[in-house]
Amino acid sequence: MPLPTGDTIGILTDNLRLRRSVLPIPVESAIRWTKGLNLPRGGKRVLYTGLMYQLIPYIEDLVEAQTKLGDSWLAGLTGVGRRMNRLINVAAFLAHPSKQEQEAYDRIPRNVALLLQRAGVEFGSLYEDDLYSGALAYDLGADEALRAHAQKVYAALKKHGVQEVVTIDPHTTNMLRSVYPALIEDYDIRVRNYLEVLAEAEMLPHHRLEGDVAIHDSCVFARYEGVVAQPRLLLEGAGLTLCEPHHAGTMTWCCGGPVESLYPQKAAQQAERRVEELHAVADRGVTMCPLCYVNLQKAAQDRMRFDDISDYLLQAYEG
Amino acid sequence: MTVLTPDLVDQVRENAEFNASACMNCGVCTAICPLGSEHLPRGIFRYVLLGMKEELLKQQETVFSCLLCKMCEVNCPAGVHIVENVRTLRHYFDRQAFGL
Repeated sequence: MPLPTGDTIGILTDNLRLRRSVLPIPVESAIRWTKGLNLPRGGKRVLYTGLMYQLIPYIEDLVEAQTKLGDSWLAGLTGVGRRMNRLINVAAFLAHPSKQEQEAYDRIPRNVALLLQRAGVEFGSLYEDDLYSGALAYDLGADEALRAHAQKVYAALKKHGVQEVVTIDPHTTNMLRSVYPALIEDYDIRVRNYLEVLAEAEMLPHHRLEGDVAIHDSCVFARYEGVVAQPRLLLEGAGLTLCEPHHAGTMTWCCGGPVESLYPQKAAQQAERRVEELHAVADRGVTMCPLCYVNLQKAAQDRMRFDDISDYLLQAYEG
Repeated sequence: MTVLTPDLVDQVRENAEFNASACMNCGVCTAICPLGSEHLPRGIFRYVLLGMKEELLKQQETVFSCLLCKMCEVNCPAGVHIVENVRTLRHYFDRQAFGL
């Protein structure tokens, strides 16, 4: 049984308002990916993670706890949990990913930073001011909380003198590029995704990759932000043979991730259907969104292996 | 007996966008929805346009199950902004049903 929808949205919204993220995580987990990269703090251009990859191991722990709670008598106490959560961060008791699990996701923003450096792009980081974008609150219709949060994100960007952000995942790209301008008067931040930046850089690969890989387009990239050609250009440039599933490009099929926070079983069913389509064309899959990656890999189990696009690109393009 | 709420569409819309009246009920959206829900999205939009508040409020899980994947919207021949309409409906539920 899913937990009560209203109380779950209430907890997520309270977290965004009180703790600047729908799922608050420790600062050291948010910025661990920057270790050893010597990125300047702020500046005209920054690599902006929106915490999406860093959040995934915590989300997975929470979804597991949520599923167990939903099947127990404790589900009836979700309203009490919401009231408690206003005083103490309840998620901190439910989500404890191991360091190994966290490092598996820290690798992605690190990959992207190395690829941008390889392309000759200069950029900094906002470190602890690199805030969650509010994407889930937007999806759930929590407009008042989102509007207030967007102002905090914008204030952090302005405080550090940022004029351009380079994003990693599709959801943060969509929020900062297409949603914030409607929420913030005189919003003047240029937003590009790293796949767009790398595709424009016309890099040549140092190592040619081989083999077939099924490409899974993110709905948000393909239908909201028009990012379809760039991943194909980069992956084919790396030497891979791309296998297009039945639903691909602007007609891609969802991984189920957007409903995982409220209805994990429905998310799993949709992921299973999508894995079947992808597995029909290749034994390996490539994703470009943390939610797609985790949902599809979980559904596929040992049937097929998924990798984030940055893993392939780093193998091919880093010197 | 169904009690109608004539200004339901205005209650839902508040100051946001809700252009469901452009829907011509062709059914492409329902046919193409990955979830295969019979109510998503046009059935729910009909409840709003007809003022069927009780029926609408019973569809809470359906409204929040939408993947917002835009598959329906990019294929809609009437140009209905389906995803924004669903978000507007969620905002209505947040206010009306959840007291947020």
